[in-house]
Amino acid sequence: MRHTLRFLLGHDLVELGEVDPTQTVLEWLRRDAHRWGTKEGCAEGDCGACSVVVVRPEGGRLRADAVNSCIQFVGTLDGAQLLTVEDLKGPDGRLHRVQQAMVDHHGSQCGFCTPGFVMALYAMDRRGEAVTYETAVDEIAGNLCRCTGYGPIVEAALAMRGTEGAGEHLSGREAEVMARLEALDDGQDLMVGKDGRTFHAPASLDALAMLYAGNPGAALVAGSTDVGLWVTKQDRPLDPVIWLGRVKELRRIEERTDAVVIGAGVSYTDAMAKLGEMYPEGGELIRRLASVQIRNTGTIGGNVANGSPIGDSPPFLIAADARVVLRYRGERREVAVEDFFISYGEQDRRPGELVEAIVLPRPKPTEHLACYKISKRFDQDISAVCGGFRVRVEKGVVKDARLAFGGMAGTPKRAKAAEAALVGRPWSEDAARDAAAAMEGDFRPLTDQRASAAYRMKVAQNLLVKFWYETHGEGGQIRLVGPRRVVHG
Amino acid sequence: MADTVQGRSGSERPAARDKEGIRGGAGVALIHDSATKHVTGEAVYTDDIREPARLVEVHIALAERARARVVKLDLEPVRRAKGVVAVVAAGDVPGINDISPTGTGDDPVFAAGEVVYHGQPLFAVAAGTVHEARRAARLAVVGYEDLAPTLSIEAALESQSFVWPEGRMQRGDLEAARGRATGRISGAMTIGGQDHFYLEGQVAMAVPGEDGDMLVHSSTQHPSEVQHMVGKVLGLPDHAVTIEVRRMGGAFGGKETQANLFACVAALVANATGRPAKVRADRDDDMVMTGKRHDFLARYDVAYRDDGRIEAVEMELAARAGCSADLSGAIIDRALFHADNAYFYPAVKLTAHACRTNTVSNTAFRGFGGPQGMVAGERVIEEVAFATGLDPLEVRKRNLYGEAPRDLTPYHMEVTDNVAPELVAQLERDGRYWERRDEIRAFNARHPYFRRGLALTPVKFGISFTLTAYNQAGALLHVYKDGSVMLNHGGTEMGQGLYVKVAQVVADELQVDVGRVRITATTTAKVPNTSATAASSGSDLNGMAAQAAARTIKERLIRFAAESHQAEPNEVEWLPGRVRVKGDEIGFNELVSQAYTARVQLSATGFYKTPDIHWDRATGRGRPFYYFCYGAALAEVTVDTLTGEYRVDRADILHDVGRSLNPAIDRGQIEGGFVQGMGWLTTEELWWDDQGRLKTHAPSTYKIPAASDRPRVLEIAFFENENREPTVHRSKAVGEPPLMLGIAVLHALSDAVASVADHRVCPRLDPPATPERVLMAIERLRETK
Repeated sequence: MRHTLRFLLGHDLVELGEVDPTQTVLEWLRRDAHRWGTKEGCAEGDCGACSVVVVRPEGGRLRADAVNSCIQFVGTLDGAQLLTVEDLKGPDGRLHRVQQAMVDHHGSQCGFCTPGFVMALYAMDRRGEAVTYETAVDEIAGNLCRCTGYGPIVEAALAMRGTEGAGEHLSGREAEVMARLEALDDGQDLMVGKDGRTFHAPASLDALAMLYAGNPGAALVAGSTDVGLWVTKQDRPLDPVIWLGRVKELRRIEERTDAVVIGAGVSYTDAMAKLGEMYPEGGELIRRLASVQIRNTGTIGGNVANGSPIGDSPPFLIAADARVVLRYRGERREVAVEDFFISYGEQDRRPGELVEAIVLPRPKPTEHLACYKISKRFDQDISAVCGGFRVRVEKGVVKDARLAFGGMAGTPKRAKAAEAALVGRPWSEDAARDAAAAMEGDFRPLTDQRASAAYRMKVAQNLLVKFWYETHGEGGQIRLVGPRRVVHG
Repeated sequence: MADTVQGRSGSERPAARDKEGIRGGAGVALIHDSATKHVTGEAVYTDDIREPARLVEVHIALAERARARVVKLDLEPVRRAKGVVAVVAAGDVPGINDISPTGTGDDPVFAAGEVVYHGQPLFAVAAGTVHEARRAARLAVVGYEDLAPTLSIEAALESQSFVWPEGRMQRGDLEAARGRATGRISGAMTIGGQDHFYLEGQVAMAVPGEDGDMLVHSSTQHPSEVQHMVGKVLGLPDHAVTIEVRRMGGAFGGKETQANLFACVAALVANATGRPAKVRADRDDDMVMTGKRHDFLARYDVAYRDDGRIEAVEMELAARAGCSADLSGAIIDRALFHADNAYFYPAVKLTAHACRTNTVSNTAFRGFGGPQGMVAGERVIEEVAFATGLDPLEVRKRNLYGEAPRDLTPYHMEVTDNVAPELVAQLERDGRYWERRDEIRAFNARHPYFRRGLALTPVKFGISFTLTAYNQAGALLHVYKDGSVMLNHGGTEMGQGLYVKVAQVVADELQVDVGRVRITATTTAKVPNTSATAASSGSDLNGMAAQAAARTIKERLIRFAAESHQAEPNEVEWLPGRVRVKGDEIGFNELVSQAYTARVQLSATGFYKTPDIHWDRATGRGRPFYYFCYGAALAEVTVDTLTGEYRVDRADILHDVGRSLNPAIDRGQIEGGFVQGMGWLTTEELWWDDQGRLKTHAPSTYKIPAASDRPRVLEIAFFENENREPTVHRSKAVGEPPLMLGIAVLHALSDAVASVADHRVCPRLDPPATPERVLMAIERLRETK
């Protein structure tokens, strides 16, 4: 057991013996490290002004992820390198090429969001992949700017590779950073705290399971994209906090012949790639449901475990007939995702039991699967209605239907009446419309700030019709956004 | 083809007006003066200022009723809580517990006796950290006796509950005009409000000084007003209070009066504790407790002829002022001033009400009521188009202001600088309106459920504060012995590039490199009695004042150079970086040094007041505006008729900034304004529940545009024009007008919706046109088929 939190701030080793378990990285930067460049815009992970880059060794190389420092707890930096906007300028005073591109293209006006954009773009630049208009706007979907209208920032993103600027002071020391971070990865369980409250980062699944079983009131944290808000918005004095981030077993994606097992600690970003191969629609849903910063930390496991009535990933998981693996001490059990959600705020998870993995069956050739996320804004918005549909059509007849929705009830839920109206019918527009009509018996949605009950019902019904349009004939350009978007001219 | 952001090259005016020899005169596309500090994180915002020792952090506790009498307020448990240093409430205000900007006495710092909106400040807690303060605040015991709240505009109209006398404008004979008309339509629409969503939330830090002095670092657009308010609540004269602001992280009108509260609370705590105090509102609290753009209810009645010409318009605009007057009186006036947009109404009667409701007091927001008036005016145009079967663009063109007598506004001001017809014609041609109209029609006939839409809408926006007194500005310019220049003026920097523009004006006037001109924080100690940096007036007013100061020094230097060479002043040639007199060339630094030795004053103030403007609210007549800004946007959208989702595919903008002081900055204002206006009319929805609680109080629930919402193709061009009035370098204001270019997006959506009923029925798509509103409009129109 180690009692010192260790990480690199830039290239300086930071060792903290006393750590408030819920102090955010942002607050630590501004209060303790006196780095005022990183800004607080919302303290809930929705505006990106606080974006920083967290670097960790992975597969023999360094991986650099933009994250929202406002909802990350400082304990989650253990074993990482933290880079902030202050680290980008070269020692000779030259701007980093990302910064220079932002200046050249008038990418800042008031400048308050700018450090966050710079760090988001730096992470992108560092990954080295091609920057296109589409990848650039997705990369900064979690960074809000109220002044520029984004055009100059996108232009800077497209130009940054070809811009002269500093960078060697970071890229030239990657091998050294790698060695230092690997040295910090001691495989020991971590426990730090302050004023009697503790932060735990167990280093193995067994240690985690035992710790949580012994502390069923603990706050389990993977990406803290939800739990972070309990602290920043609700002042909840969480204690103890158990972070899953050092449990390597939970970050695995296991390939089986009939299914893929996604560990509960796998980030959306990593899950998205795998999901996208199996289910392009599921991958696009993950892209839509959160920004890059949130995807880099949030997990599907957490999304299922916290039981949101909207969820966003559960409708897809239910449609795909996925299962949850639950773990209590040494015991494991599996439950279908749809059965895991009992009622609003209640899941099939006993005290001290944790979500270990999601088992996602591979698609079958006779199946059509689609996901629809309806929200006011395409990116980084909580759904009004989220639909995950799967039909199995054999010889033109619907053999099986799974129509799952978020936002229509207290939990993610299947539209059983609508499904019944489909099964056995030829897959036709009439059948889709009849099933849509039958859905009136499935749900009594609410009116709230996201949508009225009437719209929720209408759009949920129309989505079935859209699903039919998309799954017969040629398909092709059928969406407004994403890979299958319609392109004019 | 390389992947580029389309339309970002070639449209900027060449930097031809740069005076040979100096870097960064007027008209040059300089970067923002703080750009490198923005990207490195070195730019210091109020919350980044090095904190003085013993600073306390303050949390403002909010009322949890829309309307109630406070029958109990026990703050003892709060005072006893861990870390708490002080608690202040209404009874602890040593001066006057009121910060109403227009002297209406209805804006207490802390609620006293009665709560009038959900989220109204009740008391403030100062502690070692804001976390301690927040936790302590939860311990307060508050007893409410509920009163019936007024929560809607309709309810306020019903009970005739207003915060300001109604506004009224009238011209021509309505009945006679209606007699000439062939058709008449009446209708109503609601227009949503908008949260500013400045990325930097409200913040102030007060530092007590000797003799009761108070220095407040405040993120404000209006330092002089904050100064006065702090003095008022502390019972101090203005001279004891200094307000300073180097920059804001966005404002958009939301820090014109709304910063007062935070500065005053910080000052009250600093005064009570003798310690520096910082108030920085959490985003959710900020959105709950500060005012927003007014939502409106508009009722209209238009008489028209078959050829699409409007004969008479009668319009009643009702704004949700909220619980107090704030600036609502001037805002409803500006709504009336823009209900005509760019169109001539032969006979017109306009009235506006500022409705008192038990919701947060609404305030200034980029456009200041003008956008809402304009949206109502554009609805009228749309109604006429659907009634006559004409393309909306045809109707727009036929009603634009023209030659006399078609040049008279509803407030009896002649439009003498009208370029709307030429500007619209140019965009119609360059944007290929009619070809695209045909392409869209073909697409819509082909696709099972996508519909595309197109709209071209103009903007005409009046420039000047309608309260004439505000149209003044001061500047202070020092030239130091080494030839370096320090510039200060009353304008504030919120990202709009005011500081660099004014520095360019000074550099141009003195013919020195702009880098020689030091831009300094706005402070009430240097330039007094300033107006808010608002109404798009920043560079018009402060640029002229700074130019005047520079001219004063320049004239002194010319006089000195002449005297020292036994020449007449007109023999002194003022050249880049030097003067030439009688064949002798003297560098600027040398000239300054010699002038100092000769005891020439090298410091000057400058002052400017806008000429020729006047406005009489009682008669509804005058020339409230010095000039008008013009622009037009052509927007194209694709709508999914099964879900109501949409995408803005393209926008083409042609905008009149006069002779640009800085094309890069102006372009940024146009692009950013368009996207902000588009957001207002599409995804930005303010939603209150039946208890009067705002439920969209964070970016998780209130959706401003993200990067992907920007049109993939966005072409921006400047309309070749110069200000006919002698403004600074013949430029035009650019802060607010581009916001209203976003109206084209609303009408493009409406056009797409209309296609489901073959363009026979006016969709009456009320903003914000969320996917829900769009789908419900589609469903409504389908039923008419």
